[in-house]
Amino acid sequence: MAVIEIKSVAKSFGSFTALHSVDLAIADREFMVLLGASGCGKTTLLRMIAGLETPSEGEIWIGGRRVDHLPPRERGIAMVFQNYAVFPHLTVYENIAFGLRMKKLPQAEVDRRVTRTAELMHIEQLLKRYSGQLSGGQRQRVAVARALAMEPDVILMDEPLSNLDALLRLEMRAELKGVLAASKTTTIYVTHDQVEAMSLADRISVMHQGRIIQSASPIEVYRDPAARFVGSFIGNPPMNFLPARRVGPGDWQVAGLALSGPSTDADEADFAIRPEDLSLADAGLPAEVRVVEPLGPHVLVTCDVAGHAFRAILDNETRAAPGDRLSLAPLPGRARWFDRTTQRALSA
Amino acid sequence: MTREPAHRRRARQLTMALVILLGAWVLVPIYLLVVNSLSSPAEVNGFPKSFVPSFDTGSLGFFLGFAGVTRALLNSVLVAALTMVLSIGLGAPAGYALSRFEFPGKSSYRLLVLMTRAFPLPLLALPLAVLFIRTGLDDSILGLALVHTSLALPFAILITYSLFSGIPLELEEAAWTLGCTRLQAFRKVILPLVLPGITASAIFAFVISWNEVFAASVLTIQNRTLTAFLLQSLDVSPMPLKFAGGFVLVLPALIFIFAVRRYLFAMWGIANR
Repeated sequence: MAVIEIKSVAKSFGSFTALHSVDLAIADREFMVLLGASGCGKTTLLRMIAGLETPSEGEIWIGGRRVDHLPPRERGIAMVFQNYAVFPHLTVYENIAFGLRMKKLPQAEVDRRVTRTAELMHIEQLLKRYSGQLSGGQRQRVAVARALAMEPDVILMDEPLSNLDALLRLEMRAELKGVLAASKTTTIYVTHDQVEAMSLADRISVMHQGRIIQSASPIEVYRDPAARFVGSFIGNPPMNFLPARRVGPGDWQVAGLALSGPSTDADEADFAIRPEDLSLADAGLPAEVRVVEPLGPHVLVTCDVAGHAFRAILDNETRAAPGDRLSLAPLPGRARWFDRTTQRALSA
Repeated sequence: MTREPAHRRRARQLTMALVILLGAWVLVPIYLLVVNSLSSPAEVNGFPKSFVPSFDTGSLGFFLGFAGVTRALLNSVLVAALTMVLSIGLGAPAGYALSRFEFPGKSSYRLLVLMTRAFPLPLLALPLAVLFIRTGLDDSILGLALVHTSLALPFAILITYSLFSGIPLELEEAAWTLGCTRLQAFRKVILPLVLPGITASAIFAFVISWNEVFAASVLTIQNRTLTAFLLQSLDVSPMPLKFAGGFVLVLPALIFIFAVRRYLFAMWGIANR
């Protein structure tokens, strides 16, 4: 049970500014994912919430209590680290019990919680082992069990799945989602993997160069990027961008195609469209096919539109070969527009 | 099977020869020491010599009963033990600080730690003796232990530095998030993990003090350590006794160094198995 408020938090290391004045409110029991490329400040933000870094400026509140000057142990948090940080000199049981013993809980309660969380994470048969005898996936489970056993207000996760192989990652992802939803804690989860972010989050905060660019539900981040960066970062393949020229109020010209768009004063803007939001139609963007990649359910066609690389995901029955000329029309209501200078989204 | 080129083979033979030479350099004196101290005085002085000792403990027994030997042995142990405690007590925190914190002058500090070893002790011995006489530290176990600590400290710092650096910071951070203070995290997580290595560097400090002869001879008169005592008295002793004394001196050092060799390799940057 805890709301987290981050108020104008900034962090610099010497002359390098890792985080520029970030504001973020996270609701009770919300699953918030901080998503961004490496070096965007997401881990720094998480570590400041944990108390492992001190903010240079700003305030952090957890559950109505200002915590930015408290040590980690007094913040009511538990953390899962990227490399698991399972104590090598203790058994799995003692690892999970570690925080409970620090709280001086009676042995019966320690036993109850260790058993319960171990069952939850399916590691009850490993309790007597040491971390050296565990696989990466099993260590990951121990780390999560150790955090859950604390019954914290907030669970912080720093790229917990990035060291697992692809198949295990998929399995753990689904399991984590279930376990964390059942635990009723607020979760902050840091990742650079957009698929992980999409599948886990209630809300995603996309970070770039020490700033939060957009905080919204996964589908909103995907459908309505607040900035050009978000559209180019999220989605595989990412959004297509083309320069647009204004020809009248709300009327725009994109690679020779007339489209209606935002009514702004600027003469130029960026037109954006997701590859799957295109269809073959007579009135469309003139595209010359470069590469055709059949992907099973659909076919990915990389084209050249007015000198710009442009990707379209089309029906798998589409017959196209390099050198072919296609006419690609945006699906109604799916085109997005971005300001050329601020790179922020323009409302159509 | 392809034959290796002649020059490559010759290089390998040369390396082997050097290894054998260096090995013999260290091992032959130890071998002679062992053979002679475990032989009867008659055999030591006789000719031809046997290459297998007769396991006569007469010389060793006589040596240990020699006036002043037990006292000197006790002094050696006391000074070495004190050196061990002081160098770990001061060195381990320094090693921890070096591995965990960034502070101005960190790299020059590390260099400086090593530079203390470049300063010749004989140059230092006379001023030290004067200083010790003025402060009343002369001819005392504490005074000698302080000098030995200054010799052992650089190693203690560098060994513990590499030990602490080998422990991921994440483990400590995990302990903090699980309710530990800095000190508790150190005691419950870091200490159990570095303890074997700390023990090794403590033993190494012990050996440095145990083997040290120069400062011990200059700074003590009545309270001689075994090395200083032997240097003084063995010169005028019969041959079998010299061997027995040397044997008693070398044995503990050899055993200790053998026990901690893995950690010394780690300190010198050779991969640790």
